[in-house]
Amino acid sequence: MQSAELQQEQGDDGTIVRLAGNLAVAHLGSLPDRLDALRGPVATVDLSGVTHIDTIGAWTVHRFALAHNASLRGVSDEARRLIDEVGKECEPVAIRPEAEYPLIRVLSEIGVATRTAGHTMVGLLGFFGGTLVTAWTLIRHPRRVRMHAIVQRLEVVGVSALAIIGLMSFLIGIVIAQQGSVQLRQFGLEVMTINLVGRLTFRELGVLMTAIMVAGRSGSAFAAQLGTMKLTEEIDAMRTIGVSPMEALVMPRVIAAVVMMPLLGFYASIVAIIGGGFLCAVALDIPPVTFVQRIREVVPITDVYVGMIKAPVFGLIIAICGCYQGMQVESNAEEVGNRTTAAVVQAIFLVIVLDAFFAVFFTWVGWI
Amino acid sequence: MTDEEQRVLESEQRLEEAVEHAEFAISVRGLRNRFGDQIVHEDLDLDVRKGEILGVVGGSGTGKSVLMRSIIGLQIPDAGEVHVFGEPMIGRLDDEEALAVRKRWGVLFQGGALFSTLTVAENVEVPLREYYPNINATLRDEIAAYKIRMTGLPCEAGPKYPSELSGGMKKRAGLARALALDPDLLFLDEPTAGLDPIGAAAFDAQTRELQQTLGLTVFLITHDLDTLFSICDRVAVLADRKVIAVGTIAELLATDHPWIQEYFNGPRGRAAVSAQKAHSGQAQGGAGLAERQ
Repeated sequence: MQSAELQQEQGDDGTIVRLAGNLAVAHLGSLPDRLDALRGPVATVDLSGVTHIDTIGAWTVHRFALAHNASLRGVSDEARRLIDEVGKECEPVAIRPEAEYPLIRVLSEIGVATRTAGHTMVGLLGFFGGTLVTAWTLIRHPRRVRMHAIVQRLEVVGVSALAIIGLMSFLIGIVIAQQGSVQLRQFGLEVMTINLVGRLTFRELGVLMTAIMVAGRSGSAFAAQLGTMKLTEEIDAMRTIGVSPMEALVMPRVIAAVVMMPLLGFYASIVAIIGGGFLCAVALDIPPVTFVQRIREVVPITDVYVGMIKAPVFGLIIAICGCYQGMQVESNAEEVGNRTTAAVVQAIFLVIVLDAFFAVFFTWVGWI
Repeated sequence: MTDEEQRVLESEQRLEEAVEHAEFAISVRGLRNRFGDQIVHEDLDLDVRKGEILGVVGGSGTGKSVLMRSIIGLQIPDAGEVHVFGEPMIGRLDDEEALAVRKRWGVLFQGGALFSTLTVAENVEVPLREYYPNINATLRDEIAAYKIRMTGLPCEAGPKYPSELSGGMKKRAGLARALALDPDLLFLDEPTAGLDPIGAAAFDAQTRELQQTLGLTVFLITHDLDTLFSICDRVAVLADRKVIAVGTIAELLATDHPWIQEYFNGPRGRAAVSAQKAHSGQAQGGAGLAERQ
């Protein structure tokens, strides 16, 4: 089975192109390019030497004959069948969607992104309203509260996260103490490391880092779970049976996040302080007893309040973003992935924005 | 031509001869597949003749898809041998010669399994790009275009993304991609599942037509009795962890295995038989009429 061959000769009625050998795709080699380069006019294409042909070879022959308006000769039954098949008349088929001008594309993408952002903000606000309405219904009809689902979510959001949040906070405590002590040593104020660790963890980092971790762990899970349930029509099935997905799916998650965030935030702050104390004991020779005493002196109770007021709000934002994005899934599995990403990004963004507002607010009310 | 290209071409040529001379397209011997404690296949034998459409049927969980995955190398069996065109396939997923065999088959997965970031036409071009990067872009686009027409897709389907297609169109696009390299062997996993009866019948007719035009061997997993009756040359029945019977439907009906009897003589089976009889009777009647005229 030799490769495809091409010969050209002058016949009575014009040029004859002889194709021979194996015209299957694996053996075509440069034949299509050589045929393209061939200058006409060609009267006849002779295929009598062809041993084997497939549809790709048949197409190559067909387009060549068509381009030169040449007739075919010596066509075997096999080749005839394939050439007839590929040569059926049809409208042209486009391969890709038509490309846009780059400038217009950039402008349209900016427009679409702005619109999406606006829609999402309005949607989130609407979803928040829906959650409040559902909460009010549940307060009026306490028997409809699904304790089982809530307890299950509390475990997943809170208890299962203890290990990872503990480890993270312990390391953060160590890092703050270590970095802080290096800077403060320049002023001979190494002992102020304790103030730094105590106030920073309770006021800001304990809750903020916990919120980021919960957004990554649970906010994403909410979006993915609800999104998958949307896809498998579980949520539609619920509605037809008369169960409100807001009550059965969204509320337990919101409640779990709101309840668990302060607990996790407090736990994280304490563990971070233990981490800071550990470093102070090991690297700065401050004994743990002194450390605890100092902490009690320098950290005002309002710092704890600041953290504990912020935490449930952050929990609410995380749960709302996760559930909202999950409920927005419409068509396919790819969307679940995109929505999950969006849920985490939005939650963390909103948490940080709100944290800035809280910082200004608490300074304003005098909880410095 | 580099040495490597030469080697690839040689192995392809050898395979072409093998395809020509092999008696069976696929030959499975003593296949054993196990998932944990659950044994799916035990001592399973199956031969697929060249140029036939073999339907594979069996109850849910009898391992029809696992059998297909074992043959195409996605599932490594615990024991047994699989030969495709006489080439042993087990444990040679990355082998160069096994690669030559892979070019000779196309697979249509249940959901179409199109690449979601590419348009339909670009999907069809993927195998061409991968195996024959020397083909110039215009020719490749033209090849993709006629493969799309060949599988009965409308012309405007080419630049669409898979997410914009209906289930039936996804399957046709998957078929176009499976046929991109003009394979000798085509695997279809439940091609008519989820299609409406008209779409299913059209897909069956298309499969039959392509099989005859291109001289394909088709390994067809199906639950659709109409497909079995209308286009399959032979049917293999999977039950009790093996292939319990292979043959034409008439031959299968003659066996007295309870599952086969229930399958073909159940209400749906009988309906398909009578539909088939009515259809062939009509065709004969039509031919008779033509002769009389």
